[in-house]
Amino acid sequence: MIQLSHGLSLSFFLFLLGFICVVIRRNILFILIGIEIMLNAASLSLILAGSYLYQNDGQIFHLFIVTAAAAEISIGLALLIQVYRRYHTLDIDVLSEMKG
Amino acid sequence: MELIFYIFGVIAVISTFLVVFNTNPMHAILYLVISILSLSVIFFILGAIFSGVIEVIIYAGAIMVLFVFIIMMLNLGDKTERMEEYWLKSSLWVAPIVISLFFLIMITYIVSFFGNKFIRLNQYISIKQLGISLFGTYMSLFEVISLLLLSALVVTFYFGRKK
Repeated sequence: MIQLSHGLSLSFFLFLLGFICVVIRRNILFILIGIEIMLNAASLSLILAGSYLYQNDGQIFHLFIVTAAAAEISIGLALLIQVYRRYHTLDIDVLSEMKG
Repeated sequence: MELIFYIFGVIAVISTFLVVFNTNPMHAILYLVISILSLSVIFFILGAIFSGVIEVIIYAGAIMVLFVFIIMMLNLGDKTERMEEYWLKSSLWVAPIVISLFFLIMITYIVSFFGNKFIRLNQYISIKQLGISLFGTYMSLFEVISLLLLSALVVTFYFGRKK
């Protein structure tokens, strides 16, 4: 028997680590890794809730999150390759041509 | 069983720390694989067997290998690593960490009101039940997610072409 609050605290902690990774890094690759960490933490909290309520909806939504993550990461990596071909760097700050 | 949950939670947190503050992309990916595997152990303990298997096969087996292939293709050398160290030293990251700590304290305070609600371990949900629910209640969502995968395929082909 695990306390529900411990599991949810673990999930929030991992989510905030992913958030820090997205905010402080300037490399596009590490930003994508941070998004992966955040998606993992969200699916952990879904599984915890599904296991607490003894329903199977948590696992089904974990499946959908994994599918969405796969689609998103494939598009993100294709964009990363295009950026690297054009600018020869992975710095996200070079993409400020529009001065928005 | 409870001890295993806490041990693998600590392992997941430590390896995610090493991912966030690492300068070598390949080492970061390998630590992320360790983090994902320990999360999968937690899923198995919680009784979500199908999700644990999916986590190992698709996350650690397919998405992370995609990352490794891209890093090997880009051929990032020592220059990138020195650049990363230079970027990490800047004091820009103090404010996000302070804000995140504030959020963490607030959320743990809210969650602590849950008190004595317990998750019972080893309550397995069979894959048959899962399949009935996936192709019954969530049928329309399943179709939408297949359309999402198809559109991701098309977009990746479009972005990946030579000019």
